[in-house]
Amino acid sequence: MTTRSDAPAAATGHQTDYSMPNDRELVVARTFDAPRSLVWAAFTDPKHLPNWHTGPAGFTMPVCEIDLRPGGSWSYVWRNPQGREFGATGTYREVDPPKRMVQVTKSQSGEEQTNTTTFTEENGRTTVTVSMLFGSKQTRDQGMPYAKMGLEGSYASLDAYLASQV
Amino acid sequence: MSIDRLSQTFAALADPTRRAILARLASGECTVGELAKPFAMSGPAVSKHLRVLERAGLVARGRDAQWRPCRLQAAPLKQVAEWALDYRQFWDASYQRLDAYLTHLMSEEKNDDSK
Repeated sequence: MTTRSDAPAAATGHQTDYSMPNDRELVVARTFDAPRSLVWAAFTDPKHLPNWHTGPAGFTMPVCEIDLRPGGSWSYVWRNPQGREFGATGTYREVDPPKRMVQVTKSQSGEEQTNTTTFTEENGRTTVTVSMLFGSKQTRDQGMPYAKMGLEGSYASLDAYLASQV
Repeated sequence: MSIDRLSQTFAALADPTRRAILARLASGECTVGELAKPFAMSGPAVSKHLRVLERAGLVARGRDAQWRPCRLQAAPLKQVAEWALDYRQFWDASYQRLDAYLTHLMSEEKNDDSK
């Protein structure tokens, strides 16, 4: 299954590609109009991530701790508009700046999930591919933790949110 | 809908016979006997599948003691469709924000260079 999002692309924006190459994997690919070193920093530096990696409008990321080295751990906490928090923790298995990182996390059922993120640059644009390999098809299809956040969140207008950030 | 409920819906939908039962019920309510016919299954075997679908909230049974017609309940299916949007919502929203954020960082870099 390969689909594209219906979200209207902003003037400089690209579409996000979602695919499920097998029963346990979900691959999210996106191109950004920025050099690879900067995109790498945006994905790996705790001073950058809370500024964008927050999902639906109104969510915040009050905790973002990153020890960026093989074996180092990371911890994220998101807060929805009702004040409810959702956390994710894991470790880095591979860190190869600015090209590739592999993160391992555990689902609530104790299954391992491996996220492999690759960064490729072409003509000043960077494509980020996040491959999420889940412990089982069921876990992938539950879409943790994003499904839970999305289901319990309330969505203000993303456009309004983005406008307030400019 | 809780995640446990969502799991239950996915589990109920994981079986092709149960999906075929739901497809049949989408064209109108019918009895267990009528459901059993196209599947070459016994009434009790179909009843077993129906119980799974009932627990997942996908099927409701009428109160008529003799016939107890089965009826499709579409709400959990709609919630599955909404879930399918949710992980996209997370990434789409984050990545649109990242576009703006990267633009902002690049303009900052330029400003630093010109100082």
